[in-house]
Amino acid sequence: MALFTRAPKAEPILGQNRVVAAILGLLTWIIGLLFFFPLFWLVLNGFKEESVANASPTLVFDPTTDRFCDVTATSKWVSWFTELTNLCQPSEVTGGGLLTFSEAFSNSFWIVLISTVLVMILAVPAAYALAIRPMRKWRDVLFFFISTKFLPIVGIIMPVWIIARDLNLLGTRTVLVILYTAMNLPLAVWMLRSFFAEVPKELIEAAQIDGCSLMGQLRQVILPIVAPGLAATALLCVIFAWNEFFFAIQLNPTGASTMPVWVNAQQNFQGQFLAELSAASVLATFPVVIAGWVAQKRMIRGLAMGAIK
Amino acid sequence: MAEVRYEAASRLYPGAEEPAVNKLNLDIADGELLVLVGPSGCGKSTALRMLAGLETVTSGSVHINGVDVTLKPPQDRDIAMVFQNYALYPSMTVAQNMGFALKQAKVPKAEREAQVREAARILDLTEYLDRKPKNLSGGQRQRVAMGRAIVRKPQVFLMDEPLSNLDAKLRVQTRTELVDLQARLGVTTVYVTHDQVEAMTMGDRVAVLKFGELQQVDAPRTLYSAPANKFVAGFIGSPAMNLLDAEDVDGAPGIAGAAIPLEESVLSQLKSQDLDQVAVGVRPEHLTLGTTGIEGEVTVVEELGSESFVHVTVSHRGEPTTLVVRDRGETETGRGDRVKVDFGGPIHVFGSDGLRVEA
Repeated sequence: MALFTRAPKAEPILGQNRVVAAILGLLTWIIGLLFFFPLFWLVLNGFKEESVANASPTLVFDPTTDRFCDVTATSKWVSWFTELTNLCQPSEVTGGGLLTFSEAFSNSFWIVLISTVLVMILAVPAAYALAIRPMRKWRDVLFFFISTKFLPIVGIIMPVWIIARDLNLLGTRTVLVILYTAMNLPLAVWMLRSFFAEVPKELIEAAQIDGCSLMGQLRQVILPIVAPGLAATALLCVIFAWNEFFFAIQLNPTGASTMPVWVNAQQNFQGQFLAELSAASVLATFPVVIAGWVAQKRMIRGLAMGAIK
Repeated sequence: MAEVRYEAASRLYPGAEEPAVNKLNLDIADGELLVLVGPSGCGKSTALRMLAGLETVTSGSVHINGVDVTLKPPQDRDIAMVFQNYALYPSMTVAQNMGFALKQAKVPKAEREAQVREAARILDLTEYLDRKPKNLSGGQRQRVAMGRAIVRKPQVFLMDEPLSNLDAKLRVQTRTELVDLQARLGVTTVYVTHDQVEAMTMGDRVAVLKFGELQQVDAPRTLYSAPANKFVAGFIGSPAMNLLDAEDVDGAPGIAGAAIPLEESVLSQLKSQDLDQVAVGVRPEHLTLGTTGIEGEVTVVEELGSESFVHVTVSHRGEPTTLVVRDRGETETGRGDRVKVDFGGPIHVFGSDGLRVEA
């Protein structure tokens, strides 16, 4: 996460052997690079010709942005961008199917935005109640929330599909908004509850004595304090909803679907598609990485909250 | 202005065996500064929070200015509270913090600002009005918390250990400022502290609590000179009173083999009691080092400059026991010296029930 924030220089722990420290440092780098490598390879493949991508792995090649053009060829946004910058010429239109990049992007954008807003609207009061005015058995309630995540989605996809069909929601954005809201709600309640629990009790009591209503306490006193936590939670919901694939492909495989389905559609049954698939994946990952990077400062503050004074 | 009254007010926490505050009866006069003091867990904070409306009164009642407020929410009690950690709203400036209650009460902006400025002037906070709490020092935060309370001109101030987060020097200074401010404003104040020095120096009257029970409520001087029971005797005063179980010396209570000079009326009251159960107490300043009295050995000398506290180990009831004697530098003693301790002032006697035996 912290790409551009420098960590303070690590002080050697007293009594720790320098050699041990060096080995541990090296190990950290190796593990970090192991995690980073697939992503690196994905980006690299996106800039290759199909033939190069499918040949034996190499780091030496002529980079090209043509694959990005190919996968977005039918997209009206990107075509004007291509004309404007003259970065590349699309070779031929392959894959993609019915769903274009711009459609998938805007579908994803709206579905993620609306579901995240809904999640926050529903989760804030729930978390407030659980953290600040807990009732009896509140731990059981909290457990119930998270228990909905124990169930493998594949186990409930049939009934969900049937319900969606009966409600005429198959192939709509609405069904994904509903499911993503339900999917992220338990997580958001859990996260927000822990942020709310860190708000000093005295602040709420002071507000009470100052004559502040319940809504006033939430709006004027509590929310400004947990704002970083809200941002962190919302970002996580955005990431999960943006990347969700299973519900999208099952319930909404065609025109009104999202980025992951569009990425999946870059596979085809004739010819090679690895480079195009990589380029599409990079495009699909990009917004999330940007969002994460922009929010990282707030997010870290959110995750490290707890200053009373 | 208002007087405050607790009438057999109790607070029993759900699941607890004993009430945190047990049948508290307390009358606080208009404009008085009453200090609630006691060791941690004695229920002093709970008692304050019952008055604030932050804690349910399980039985009995609480009155402010003659009105029963037992069931009223905090915002309807016309009180202001200063918290131990100040509880300043971190997202608001000093001015917004101080004006928050007025804003809730829908006081017009111009009037609100005038009142905030006035309070800021009293507390010397004018130049900090636009700062956020995180950019203030501990002492400044404490003053903002005070300011937030006085801006409202409430009927009662409630203070829950408001000075305990300050360093020692600032605490002493703020203590006197606070007393002065309270006297000038004339607002009835209930002040909670665990520090008996703070209680003694600040309170018009001091209420001592232990295990949720009120032990004694009196002016500081009375509390010091006539503690109602063994607990108050040991709790009030620094260094603490020499409080020992008495020795039977020829049918009268004594210390280390020496009979204590007691009035006849006290002795006659003790006639019916088992002397082993009787406790005697002498404050360090009422013991003297001299040529007569109980013999013992000096173990520690605490030198304070103007005076020193000499710890003398004597043999009492067959065991080595330490008596603390205040010495005003009249005698030169050091560790290991053999000295004699004599009585030079009032002696407190507590019967087998722990209560004071009055002359």
